[in-house]
Amino acid sequence: MSFEEICQILKSQFGDAIEETAVDSCRPYVIVSNDKWTEVATFLRNDSRMAFDFLQCISAIDLLADDKLACVYDLAAMSPLSATENMSYVRELAVRVVTDRNNPQIASVAHLWAAADWHEREAYDLMGIDFPGHPNLERILCPDDWVGHPLRKDYAHPLEYHGIPGTTEHELKSPRH
Amino acid sequence: MADTIAPTNPADASAPRQADVRTEEMLVNMGPQHPSTHGVLRVVLRTDGEMVLQSVPHIGYLHRCAEKIGENVAPYQYVPYTDRMDYLAGMNNNQAFALAVEKLTGLEVPERAQYIRVMFAELNRIASHLVAIGTYGLDMGAFTPFLYCFREREMLLDLFESACGARLTYSYITIGGVTDDLPDNFVDVCSEFLDYFEPKVDDYNNLLSYNHIFVKRTGGVGVISAEDAIRFGLTGPVLRGSGVKFDLRKAKPYEIYDRFNFDVPVGLSGGTGEIPRGVVVGDCWSRYYVRVKEMIESVKIIRQCLRDIPAADEKEGVCNKKCKTVKLPDDEVYMEIENPRGQLGFYVKGDGSAIPARVKARGPSFCNLCVLEYAGKNCLLADIPAIIGSMDVVMGEVDR
Repeated sequence: MSFEEICQILKSQFGDAIEETAVDSCRPYVIVSNDKWTEVATFLRNDSRMAFDFLQCISAIDLLADDKLACVYDLAAMSPLSATENMSYVRELAVRVVTDRNNPQIASVAHLWAAADWHEREAYDLMGIDFPGHPNLERILCPDDWVGHPLRKDYAHPLEYHGIPGTTEHELKSPRH
Repeated sequence: MADTIAPTNPADASAPRQADVRTEEMLVNMGPQHPSTHGVLRVVLRTDGEMVLQSVPHIGYLHRCAEKIGENVAPYQYVPYTDRMDYLAGMNNNQAFALAVEKLTGLEVPERAQYIRVMFAELNRIASHLVAIGTYGLDMGAFTPFLYCFREREMLLDLFESACGARLTYSYITIGGVTDDLPDNFVDVCSEFLDYFEPKVDDYNNLLSYNHIFVKRTGGVGVISAEDAIRFGLTGPVLRGSGVKFDLRKAKPYEIYDRFNFDVPVGLSGGTGEIPRGVVVGDCWSRYYVRVKEMIESVKIIRQCLRDIPAADEKEGVCNKKCKTVKLPDDEVYMEIENPRGQLGFYVKGDGSAIPARVKARGPSFCNLCVLEYAGKNCLLADIPAIIGSMDVVMGEVDR
Protein backbone atom coordinates (compact mmCIF):
# COMPACT_ATOMS: atom_id res chain seq x y z
CA MET A 1 0.00 0.00 0.00
CA SER A 2 1.46 3.34 -1.04
CA PHE A 3 1.65 6.48 1.07
CA GLU A 4 -1.13 8.11 -1.00
CA GLU A 5 -3.48 5.18 -0.43
CA ILE A 6 -2.88 5.28 3.33
CA CYS A 7 -3.57 9.04 3.30
CA GLN A 8 -6.78 8.48 1.35
CA ILE A 9 -8.09 5.96 3.88
CA LEU A 10 -7.15 8.24 6.76
CA LYS A 11 -8.81 11.26 5.15
CA SER A 12 -12.03 9.38 4.42
CA GLN A 13 -12.06 8.16 8.02
CA PHE A 14 -11.04 11.33 9.86
CA GLY A 15 -11.53 14.21 7.41
CA ASP A 16 -10.06 17.44 8.75
CA ALA A 17 -8.12 15.70 11.51
CA ILE A 18 -5.53 14.87 8.82
CA GLU A 19 -4.15 18.40 8.54
CA GLU A 20 -1.44 17.95 5.94
CA THR A 21 0.18 15.25 3.84
CA ALA A 22 3.81 15.94 2.93
CA VAL A 23 4.04 13.72 -0.15
CA ASP A 24 7.14 15.33 -1.66
CA SER A 25 9.24 14.98 1.47
CA CYS A 26 12.34 12.76 1.40
CA ARG A 27 10.35 10.50 3.70
CA PRO A 28 6.63 11.37 3.34
CA TYR A 29 4.66 12.09 6.51
CA VAL A 30 1.18 13.13 7.59
CA ILE A 31 0.34 15.79 10.15
CA VAL A 32 -2.47 14.69 12.45
CA SER A 33 -4.51 17.13 14.53
CA ASN A 34 -3.47 16.96 18.19
CA ASP A 35 -6.98 16.56 19.66
CA LYS A 36 -7.79 13.61 17.35
CA TRP A 37 -4.45 11.82 17.83
CA THR A 38 -5.75 9.10 20.17
CA GLU A 39 -8.50 8.12 17.71
CA VAL A 40 -6.13 8.14 14.74
CA ALA A 41 -3.45 6.17 16.61
CA THR A 42 -5.99 3.55 17.70
CA PHE A 43 -7.18 3.28 14.10
CA LEU A 44 -3.61 2.95 12.81
CA ARG A 45 -2.87 0.21 15.32
CA ASN A 46 -6.10 -1.79 15.19
CA ASP A 47 -7.75 -1.37 11.79
CA SER A 48 -7.12 -4.41 9.59
CA ARG A 49 -6.12 -2.26 6.59
CA MET A 50 -3.52 -0.39 8.67
CA ALA A 51 -2.31 -2.78 11.44
CA PHE A 52 0.84 -0.80 12.25
CA ASP A 53 2.10 -3.16 14.93
CA PHE A 54 5.68 -1.93 15.18
CA LEU A 55 6.63 1.48 16.58
CA GLN A 56 10.12 2.24 15.31
CA CYS A 57 10.79 5.58 16.93
CA ILE A 58 9.30 8.71 18.46
CA SER A 59 11.37 11.81 17.69
CA ALA A 60 10.50 15.01 19.49
CA ILE A 61 11.33 18.15 17.51
CA ASP A 62 11.40 21.83 18.36
CA LEU A 63 9.74 24.11 15.79
CA LEU A 64 10.88 27.36 17.41
CA ALA A 65 10.00 29.56 14.40
CA ASP A 66 6.32 28.49 14.62
CA ASP A 67 6.37 28.55 18.44
CA LYS A 68 5.48 24.83 18.44
CA LEU A 69 6.85 21.47 19.54
CA ALA A 70 6.09 18.23 17.74
CA CYS A 71 6.50 14.48 17.90
CA VAL A 72 7.26 12.35 14.87
CA TYR A 73 6.06 8.75 15.07
CA ASP A 74 7.68 6.25 12.72
CA LEU A 75 5.35 3.29 12.38
CA ALA A 76 5.62 0.07 10.44
CA ALA A 77 3.36 -2.88 9.73
CA MET A 78 5.14 -6.22 9.73
CA SER A 79 4.34 -9.12 7.46
CA PRO A 80 2.78 -12.14 9.24
CA LEU A 81 4.95 -13.74 11.92
CA SER A 82 7.25 -16.38 10.54
CA ALA A 83 10.29 -18.31 11.72
CA THR A 84 11.06 -19.76 8.29
CA GLU A 85 10.32 -17.02 5.72
CA ASN A 86 12.12 -13.69 5.72
CA MET A 87 9.73 -11.07 7.04
CA SER A 88 9.58 -7.46 5.94
CA TYR A 89 7.71 -4.21 6.48
CA VAL A 90 4.45 -4.32 4.51
CA ARG A 91 3.95 -0.57 4.88
CA GLU A 92 5.47 2.29 6.77
CA LEU A 93 4.07 5.61 7.86
CA ALA A 94 5.46 8.68 9.58
CA VAL A 95 3.03 10.79 11.57
CA ARG A 96 3.70 14.23 12.98
CA VAL A 97 1.64 15.60 15.86
CA VAL A 98 2.16 19.28 16.65
CA THR A 99 1.56 20.85 20.03
CA ASP A 100 1.68 24.26 21.61
CA ARG A 101 5.05 25.36 22.99
CA ASN A 102 3.71 26.90 26.18
CA ASN A 103 1.56 23.98 27.26
CA PRO A 104 2.88 21.03 25.24
CA GLN A 105 0.58 18.02 25.49
CA ILE A 106 0.23 14.98 23.23
CA ALA A 107 -1.88 11.99 24.22
CA SER A 108 0.20 8.96 25.19
CA VAL A 109 0.16 5.89 22.93
CA ALA A 110 1.92 3.60 25.43
CA HIS A 111 -1.25 1.51 25.75
CA LEU A 112 -1.15 0.80 21.99
CA TRP A 113 2.59 0.21 21.58
CA ALA A 114 4.54 -0.88 24.66
CA ALA A 115 7.65 0.48 22.96
CA ALA A 116 6.27 4.03 23.32
CA ASP A 117 6.77 3.95 27.09
CA TRP A 118 10.48 4.81 27.11
CA HIS A 119 10.33 6.91 23.94
CA GLU A 120 7.70 9.17 25.51
CA ARG A 121 9.66 9.40 28.74
CA GLU A 122 12.68 10.47 26.70
CA ALA A 123 10.65 13.09 24.82
CA TYR A 124 9.30 14.38 28.14
CA ASP A 125 12.76 14.50 29.69
CA LEU A 126 14.66 16.15 26.85
CA MET A 127 11.94 18.19 25.12
CA GLY A 128 9.44 18.77 27.91
CA ILE A 129 6.35 17.39 26.20
CA ASP A 130 3.64 16.09 28.52
CA PHE A 131 1.97 12.81 27.57
CA PRO A 132 -1.40 12.52 29.36
CA GLY A 133 -2.26 8.86 29.91
CA HIS A 134 1.35 7.68 30.26
CA PRO A 135 1.69 5.19 33.16
CA ASN A 136 4.95 6.55 34.56
CA LEU A 137 6.01 9.86 33.03
CA GLU A 138 9.32 10.57 34.81
CA ARG A 139 12.69 11.80 33.64
CA ILE A 140 14.67 8.93 32.15
CA LEU A 141 18.09 10.22 31.07
CA CYS A 142 18.57 13.39 33.12
CA PRO A 143 18.56 13.34 36.94
CA ASP A 144 15.18 13.88 38.60
CA ASP A 145 16.16 17.33 39.90
CA TRP A 146 17.45 18.63 36.56
CA VAL A 147 16.05 22.01 35.55
CA GLY A 148 14.80 22.53 31.99
CA HIS A 149 14.63 20.34 28.92
CA PRO A 150 18.00 20.22 27.12
CA LEU A 151 16.84 19.63 23.54
CA ARG A 152 14.72 22.77 23.37
CA LYS A 153 16.28 25.37 21.11
CA ASP A 154 16.02 28.06 23.80
CA TYR A 155 17.47 25.87 26.56
CA ALA A 156 19.73 27.79 28.97
CA HIS A 157 22.83 25.80 29.88
CA PRO A 158 23.20 25.55 33.67
CA LEU A 159 26.05 27.44 35.27
CA GLU A 160 26.31 24.96 38.10
CA TYR A 161 24.85 21.60 39.18
CA HIS A 162 25.44 20.39 42.77
CA GLY A 163 28.77 22.17 42.89
CA ILE A 164 29.88 20.92 39.45
CA PRO A 165 30.69 23.94 37.26
CA GLY A 166 28.75 23.99 33.99
CA THR A 167 28.85 26.50 31.17
CA THR A 168 31.05 29.52 31.97
CA GLU A 169 30.04 33.16 31.43
CA HIS A 170 32.66 33.41 28.69
CA GLU A 171 31.20 30.43 26.82
CA LEU A 172 27.73 31.86 27.12
CA LYS A 173 28.85 34.94 25.15
CA SER A 174 30.20 32.83 22.27
CA PRO A 175 27.80 32.61 19.33
CA ARG A 176 27.19 28.87 19.78
CA HIS A 177 25.10 29.29 22.92
CA MET B 1 10.31 -31.38 49.16
CA ALA B 2 7.72 -28.93 50.27
CA ASP B 3 8.69 -26.08 48.04
CA THR B 4 8.69 -26.02 44.27
CA ILE B 5 10.87 -23.87 42.11
CA ALA B 6 8.83 -20.96 40.86
CA PRO B 7 8.24 -20.59 37.14
CA THR B 8 10.78 -18.41 35.36
CA ASN B 9 8.54 -17.78 32.41
CA PRO B 10 6.59 -14.51 32.85
CA ALA B 11 3.68 -16.14 31.02
CA ASP B 12 3.26 -18.54 33.94
CA ALA B 13 3.46 -15.77 36.51
CA SER B 14 -0.03 -16.56 37.74
CA ALA B 15 0.99 -20.11 38.73
CA PRO B 16 0.96 -20.47 42.53
CA ARG B 17 4.25 -20.22 44.36
CA GLN B 18 4.90 -22.44 47.30
CA ALA B 19 7.49 -21.86 49.94
CA ASP B 20 7.66 -23.37 53.40
CA VAL B 21 9.51 -20.34 54.76
CA ARG B 22 7.65 -17.04 54.71
CA THR B 23 10.05 -14.31 53.75
CA GLU B 24 9.87 -10.55 53.64
CA GLU B 25 10.03 -8.37 50.61
CA MET B 26 13.28 -6.49 50.24
CA LEU B 27 14.51 -3.89 47.78
CA VAL B 28 17.93 -4.76 46.38
CA ASN B 29 19.92 -2.20 44.47
CA MET B 30 21.95 -3.82 41.68
CA GLY B 31 24.48 -1.50 40.09
CA PRO B 32 25.27 1.09 38.84
CA GLN B 33 28.72 -0.46 39.29
CA HIS B 34 28.07 -4.16 38.93
CA PRO B 35 30.13 -6.47 36.73
CA SER B 36 27.11 -8.11 35.12
CA THR B 37 25.28 -4.91 34.17
CA HIS B 38 27.79 -4.27 31.35
CA GLY B 39 28.29 -0.62 32.16
CA VAL B 40 26.60 1.83 34.46
CA LEU B 41 23.10 0.40 34.66
CA ARG B 42 21.20 0.40 37.94
CA VAL B 43 18.39 -2.07 38.47
CA VAL B 44 16.20 -1.87 41.55
CA LEU B 45 14.95 -5.36 42.39
CA ARG B 46 11.99 -6.10 44.64
CA THR B 47 12.86 -9.50 46.03
CA ASP B 48 11.25 -12.11 48.22
CA GLY B 49 14.00 -14.46 49.25
CA GLU B 50 15.60 -15.71 46.05
CA MET B 51 12.64 -14.57 43.95
CA VAL B 52 12.62 -11.31 42.04
CA LEU B 53 9.10 -9.90 41.90
CA GLN B 54 9.91 -6.74 40.00
CA SER B 55 12.95 -5.15 38.43
CA VAL B 56 13.05 -1.49 37.47
CA PRO B 57 16.00 -0.30 35.37
CA HIS B 58 17.37 3.19 36.01
CA ILE B 59 19.49 4.62 33.22
CA GLY B 60 21.13 7.91 32.30
CA TYR B 61 24.47 7.63 34.09
CA LEU B 62 26.36 8.13 30.81
CA HIS B 63 24.03 10.73 29.36
CA ARG B 64 25.86 13.49 27.51
CA CYS B 65 23.05 14.71 25.23
CA ALA B 66 24.80 13.67 22.03
CA GLU B 67 21.70 14.73 20.12
CA LYS B 68 22.20 18.35 21.17
CA ILE B 69 25.78 18.21 19.90
CA GLY B 70 24.38 17.06 16.56
CA GLU B 71 22.51 20.36 16.27
CA ASN B 72 25.74 22.33 16.61
CA VAL B 73 28.13 20.67 14.16
CA ALA B 74 28.08 19.72 10.48
CA PRO B 75 27.24 16.06 9.74
CA TYR B 76 30.80 15.03 8.87
CA GLN B 77 31.94 16.53 12.21
CA TYR B 78 29.26 14.54 14.03
CA VAL B 79 30.47 11.16 12.73
CA PRO B 80 33.04 10.74 15.58
CA TYR B 81 30.26 11.25 18.13
CA THR B 82 28.24 8.39 16.66
CA ASP B 83 30.91 5.76 17.26
CA ARG B 84 31.09 6.83 20.89
CA MET B 85 27.45 5.85 21.33
CA ASP B 86 27.77 2.12 20.68
CA TYR B 87 31.51 1.85 21.16
CA LEU B 88 31.58 -1.88 20.39
CA ALA B 89 30.13 -1.31 16.92
CA GLY B 90 31.61 2.01 15.81
CA MET B 91 31.57 1.11 12.12
CA ASN B 92 27.85 0.31 12.13
CA ASN B 93 27.01 3.53 13.94
CA ASN B 94 29.05 5.61 11.49
CA GLN B 95 27.30 3.81 8.67
CA ALA B 96 23.80 4.48 10.01
CA PHE B 97 24.39 8.20 10.39
CA ALA B 98 26.17 8.47 7.03
CA LEU B 99 23.30 6.68 5.28
CA ALA B 100 20.71 8.96 6.89
CA VAL B 101 22.53 12.11 5.75
CA GLU B 102 23.15 10.67 2.29
CA LYS B 103 19.48 9.83 1.92
CA LEU B 104 18.51 13.35 2.96
CA THR B 105 21.00 15.11 0.69
CA GLY B 106 21.01 12.64 -2.20
CA LEU B 107 24.78 12.27 -1.99
CA GLU B 108 26.18 9.44 -4.13
CA VAL B 109 28.62 6.91 -2.71
CA PRO B 110 31.29 5.28 -4.95
CA GLU B 111 30.67 1.58 -5.49
CA ARG B 112 34.02 0.50 -4.08
CA ALA B 113 33.28 2.48 -0.93
CA GLN B 114 29.95 0.67 -0.55
CA TYR B 115 31.73 -2.69 -0.66
CA ILE B 116 34.27 -1.49 1.90
CA ARG B 117 31.42 -0.26 4.13
CA VAL B 118 29.54 -3.54 4.04
CA MET B 119 32.74 -5.47 4.68
CA PHE B 120 33.66 -3.42 7.72
CA ALA B 121 30.11 -3.35 9.02
CA GLU B 122 30.13 -7.16 8.98
CA LEU B 123 33.65 -7.42 10.45
CA ASN B 124 32.49 -5.12 13.23
CA ARG B 125 29.41 -7.27 13.73
CA ILE B 126 31.69 -10.25 14.35
CA ALA B 127 33.87 -8.23 16.74
CA SER B 128 30.81 -7.00 18.62
CA HIS B 129 29.26 -10.47 18.88
CA LEU B 130 32.58 -11.86 20.13
CA VAL B 131 32.42 -9.41 23.04
CA ALA B 132 28.76 -10.27 23.63
CA ILE B 133 29.45 -14.02 23.67
CA GLY B 134 32.63 -13.78 25.72
CA THR B 135 31.21 -11.49 28.40
CA TYR B 136 28.00 -13.51 28.55
CA GLY B 137 30.15 -16.51 29.41
CA LEU B 138 31.77 -14.42 32.14
CA ASP B 139 28.36 -13.54 33.56
CA MET B 140 27.44 -17.22 33.68
CA GLY B 141 30.70 -18.18 35.37
CA ALA B 142 32.64 -19.42 32.34
CA PHE B 143 35.93 -17.57 32.13
CA THR B 144 37.75 -19.44 29.35
CA PRO B 145 35.53 -18.66 26.33
CA PHE B 146 36.04 -14.95 27.06
CA LEU B 147 39.79 -15.30 26.44
CA TYR B 148 39.20 -17.22 23.21
CA CYS B 149 36.75 -14.59 21.96
CA PHE B 150 39.08 -11.71 22.76
CA ARG B 151 41.97 -13.48 21.04
CA GLU B 152 40.03 -13.45 17.77
CA ARG B 153 38.66 -9.96 18.35
CA GLU B 154 42.22 -8.69 18.69
CA MET B 155 42.91 -9.83 15.12
CA LEU B 156 39.83 -7.98 13.93
CA LEU B 157 40.96 -4.82 15.70
CA ASP B 158 44.32 -5.17 13.93
CA LEU B 159 42.43 -5.30 10.63
CA PHE B 160 40.52 -2.13 11.54
CA GLU B 161 43.73 -0.44 12.62
CA SER B 162 45.39 -1.28 9.31
CA ALA B 163 42.52 0.40 7.43
CA CYS B 164 41.85 3.51 9.52
CA GLY B 165 44.39 3.72 12.34
CA ALA B 166 41.89 3.35 15.18
CA ARG B 167 41.03 0.27 17.18
CA LEU B 168 37.73 1.23 18.77
CA THR B 169 36.34 4.58 17.64
CA TYR B 170 36.92 4.42 13.93
CA SER B 171 35.02 7.24 12.19
CA TYR B 172 36.12 5.30 9.11
CA ILE B 173 32.75 5.23 7.39
CA THR B 174 31.87 8.86 6.81
CA ILE B 175 29.38 10.96 4.86
CA GLY B 176 29.78 10.05 1.18
CA GLY B 177 32.04 7.01 1.54
CA VAL B 178 34.99 5.98 3.68
CA THR B 179 37.95 8.12 4.76
CA ASP B 180 40.72 6.01 3.17
CA ASP B 181 41.11 3.23 0.67
CA LEU B 182 42.08 -0.24 1.87
CA PRO B 183 45.73 -1.09 2.53
CA ASP B 184 47.39 -2.96 -0.38
CA ASN B 185 47.33 -6.48 1.06
CA PHE B 186 43.99 -6.15 2.86
CA VAL B 187 42.09 -8.69 0.74
CA ASP B 188 44.68 -11.40 1.45
CA VAL B 189 44.99 -10.62 5.15
CA CYS B 190 41.22 -10.53 5.56
CA SER B 191 40.66 -13.85 3.73
CA GLU B 192 43.38 -15.39 5.86
CA PHE B 193 41.58 -14.23 8.98
CA LEU B 194 38.22 -15.60 7.77
CA ASP B 195 39.81 -19.01 7.05
CA TYR B 196 41.27 -18.98 10.55
CA PHE B 197 38.13 -17.68 12.24
CA GLU B 198 35.39 -19.87 10.76
CA PRO B 199 36.42 -23.15 12.46
CA LYS B 200 36.86 -21.27 15.76
CA VAL B 201 33.09 -20.87 16.03
CA ASP B 202 32.90 -24.63 16.67
CA ASP B 203 35.28 -24.12 19.57
CA TYR B 204 32.96 -21.54 21.14
CA ASN B 205 30.06 -23.91 20.71
CA ASN B 206 31.91 -26.79 22.35
CA LEU B 207 33.25 -24.60 25.12
CA LEU B 208 30.16 -22.60 25.93
CA SER B 209 27.01 -23.03 23.82
CA TYR B 210 26.44 -26.73 24.52
CA ASN B 211 27.97 -26.65 28.00
CA HIS B 212 25.48 -28.32 30.32
CA ILE B 213 25.76 -25.72 33.10
CA PHE B 214 25.45 -22.86 30.62
CA VAL B 215 22.33 -24.38 29.03
CA LYS B 216 20.83 -24.91 32.49
CA ARG B 217 21.47 -21.27 33.43
CA THR B 218 20.08 -19.77 30.19
CA GLY B 219 17.62 -22.27 28.66
CA GLY B 220 13.99 -21.45 29.40
CA VAL B 221 15.00 -18.30 31.30
CA GLY B 222 13.60 -14.85 30.47
CA VAL B 223 11.28 -16.04 27.73
CA ILE B 224 9.85 -13.31 25.47
CA SER B 225 7.17 -14.36 23.01
CA ALA B 226 7.25 -13.22 19.38
CA GLU B 227 4.16 -11.02 19.86
CA ASP B 228 5.63 -9.33 22.92
CA ALA B 229 8.93 -8.79 21.14
CA ILE B 230 7.15 -6.80 18.42
CA ARG B 231 4.92 -4.99 20.94
CA PHE B 232 7.97 -3.78 22.87
CA GLY B 233 9.74 -2.78 19.68
CA LEU B 234 12.61 -5.19 20.20
CA THR B 235 15.04 -5.62 17.34
CA GLY B 236 18.14 -7.51 16.31
CA PRO B 237 19.18 -10.82 17.92
CA VAL B 238 16.69 -10.22 20.75
CA LEU B 239 13.81 -10.13 18.25
CA ARG B 240 15.15 -13.03 16.17
CA GLY B 241 15.81 -15.07 19.31
CA SER B 242 12.02 -14.95 19.82
CA GLY B 243 11.57 -16.71 16.48
CA VAL B 244 10.84 -13.65 14.35
CA LYS B 245 12.75 -13.91 11.09
CA PHE B 246 13.20 -10.19 10.58
CA ASP B 247 16.47 -8.62 9.54
CA LEU B 248 16.66 -5.19 7.90
CA ARG B 249 19.45 -6.39 5.63
CA LYS B 250 16.85 -8.69 4.04
CA ALA B 251 13.61 -6.83 4.78
CA LYS B 252 14.69 -3.43 3.47
CA PRO B 253 18.18 -3.83 1.98
CA TYR B 254 20.31 -0.74 2.28
CA GLU B 255 23.72 -0.16 0.64
CA ILE B 256 24.34 -3.27 -1.48
CA TYR B 257 23.06 -5.99 0.82
CA ASP B 258 20.65 -7.25 -1.86
CA ARG B 259 23.66 -8.59 -3.80
CA PHE B 260 24.71 -11.11 -1.16
CA ASN B 261 23.51 -14.56 -0.17
CA PHE B 262 23.11 -15.14 3.53
CA ASP B 263 20.62 -16.60 5.98
CA VAL B 264 18.86 -14.98 8.92
CA PRO B 265 19.23 -17.21 12.01
CA VAL B 266 16.30 -17.38 14.43
CA GLY B 267 15.69 -19.02 17.79
CA LEU B 268 14.54 -22.65 17.57
CA SER B 269 13.06 -24.89 20.22
CA GLY B 270 15.21 -27.42 22.04
CA GLY B 271 15.70 -30.99 20.91
CA THR B 272 15.73 -30.16 17.18
CA GLY B 273 19.06 -30.42 15.36
CA GLU B 274 21.95 -29.01 17.37
CA ILE B 275 19.69 -27.17 19.85
CA PRO B 276 20.02 -28.67 23.36
CA ARG B 277 17.01 -29.88 25.31
CA GLY B 278 15.55 -27.36 27.75
CA VAL B 279 15.83 -24.49 25.30
CA VAL B 280 12.63 -22.57 24.53
CA VAL B 281 12.16 -20.12 21.67
CA GLY B 282 12.66 -16.60 23.01
CA ASP B 283 14.82 -17.51 26.01
CA CYS B 284 18.31 -16.27 26.89
CA TRP B 285 20.03 -19.19 25.18
CA SER B 286 18.20 -18.53 21.89
CA ARG B 287 19.24 -14.87 21.90
CA TYR B 288 22.81 -15.90 22.62
CA TYR B 289 22.87 -18.57 19.92
CA VAL B 290 21.47 -16.24 17.25
CA ARG B 291 24.64 -14.17 17.72
CA VAL B 292 26.86 -17.22 17.28
CA LYS B 293 25.08 -18.12 14.04
CA GLU B 294 25.17 -14.54 12.79
CA MET B 295 28.95 -14.52 12.94
CA ILE B 296 29.03 -17.34 10.37
CA GLU B 297 26.58 -15.45 8.14
CA SER B 298 28.79 -12.35 8.39
CA VAL B 299 31.77 -14.42 7.28
CA LYS B 300 29.74 -15.47 4.22
CA ILE B 301 28.94 -11.84 3.35
CA ILE B 302 32.56 -10.71 3.77
CA ARG B 303 33.80 -13.52 1.51
CA GLN B 304 31.38 -12.40 -1.21
CA CYS B 305 32.53 -8.79 -0.74
CA LEU B 306 36.19 -9.75 -1.09
CA ARG B 307 35.35 -11.68 -4.26
CA ASP B 308 33.28 -8.94 -5.92
CA ILE B 309 34.88 -5.70 -4.76
CA PRO B 310 35.68 -3.45 -7.76
CA ALA B 311 39.26 -2.28 -8.30
CA ALA B 312 40.32 1.11 -6.96
CA ASP B 313 39.45 4.02 -9.24
CA GLU B 314 41.93 6.88 -8.86
CA LYS B 315 39.55 9.47 -10.28
CA GLU B 316 36.49 8.50 -8.28
CA GLY B 317 38.26 7.64 -5.02
CA VAL B 318 36.36 6.16 -2.09
CA CYS B 319 34.57 9.27 -0.85
CA ASN B 320 32.24 11.75 -2.48
CA LYS B 321 34.13 15.06 -2.87
CA LYS B 322 31.12 17.06 -1.68
CA CYS B 323 30.98 15.34 1.70
CA LYS B 324 32.14 18.39 3.67
CA THR B 325 30.33 21.13 1.76
CA VAL B 326 26.93 19.54 1.38
CA LYS B 327 23.90 21.55 2.59
CA LEU B 328 20.95 19.82 4.25
CA PRO B 329 17.62 20.64 2.58
CA ASP B 330 14.64 21.85 4.60
CA ASP B 331 13.31 18.32 4.98
CA GLU B 332 13.54 15.30 7.24
CA VAL B 333 14.53 11.65 6.99
CA TYR B 334 14.47 8.55 9.15
CA MET B 335 16.93 5.81 8.22
CA GLU B 336 17.43 2.50 9.98
CA ILE B 337 20.14 -0.10 9.62
CA GLU B 338 20.81 -3.47 11.22
CA ASN B 339 23.38 -2.87 13.93
CA PRO B 340 24.84 -5.89 15.83
CA ARG B 341 22.44 -5.06 18.68
CA GLY B 342 19.36 -4.35 16.57
CA GLN B 343 17.91 -1.59 14.47
CA LEU B 344 19.80 1.65 14.79
CA GLY B 345 17.84 4.54 13.35
CA PHE B 346 18.78 8.15 12.78
CA TYR B 347 16.21 10.87 12.36
CA VAL B 348 17.83 13.90 10.71
CA LYS B 349 16.02 17.16 10.03
CA GLY B 350 17.64 19.88 7.96
CA ASP B 351 16.78 23.56 7.61
CA GLY B 352 18.66 24.55 4.46
CA SER B 353 21.98 25.19 6.20
CA ALA B 354 25.00 22.91 6.59
CA ILE B 355 24.12 22.14 10.21
CA PRO B 356 21.14 19.87 11.04
CA ALA B 357 18.15 21.29 12.92
CA ARG B 358 17.69 18.00 14.76
CA VAL B 359 19.53 14.71 15.03
CA LYS B 360 17.84 11.89 16.88
CA ALA B 361 19.26 8.43 17.41
CA ARG B 362 16.99 5.45 17.97
CA GLY B 363 19.38 3.18 19.81
CA PRO B 364 18.70 -0.57 19.72
CA SER B 365 20.06 -1.06 23.24
CA PHE B 366 17.76 1.65 24.60
CA CYS B 367 14.71 0.06 23.01
CA ASN B 368 15.69 -3.50 23.94
CA LEU B 369 16.38 -2.63 27.57
CA CYS B 370 12.81 -1.44 28.15
CA VAL B 371 11.68 -5.08 28.12
CA LEU B 372 13.71 -5.83 31.27
CA GLU B 373 10.85 -4.61 33.45
CA TYR B 374 8.64 -7.23 31.77
CA ALA B 375 11.09 -10.15 31.42
CA GLY B 376 12.86 -9.65 34.76
CA LYS B 377 10.00 -10.49 37.09
CA ASN B 378 8.93 -13.67 38.85
CA CYS B 379 12.33 -15.20 38.24
CA LEU B 380 15.27 -16.12 40.42
CA LEU B 381 17.81 -13.52 41.44
CA ALA B 382 20.52 -15.41 39.52
CA ASP B 383 18.43 -15.15 36.35
CA ILE B 384 18.70 -11.34 36.28
CA PRO B 385 22.35 -11.28 35.08
CA ALA B 386 21.40 -13.98 32.55
CA ILE B 387 18.57 -11.82 31.18
CA ILE B 388 20.53 -8.55 31.11
CA GLY B 389 23.52 -10.27 29.49
CA SER B 390 21.37 -11.86 26.80
CA MET B 391 20.06 -8.39 25.80
CA ASP B 392 23.69 -7.38 25.08
CA VAL B 393 23.20 -3.70 25.87
CA VAL B 394 25.90 -1.07 25.51
CA MET B 395 25.20 1.66 28.03
CA GLY B 396 27.02 4.31 26.00
CA GLU B 397 24.22 4.05 23.48
CA VAL B 398 21.34 3.56 25.94
CA ASP B 399 22.23 6.86 27.58
CA ARG B 400 23.68 8.69 24.54
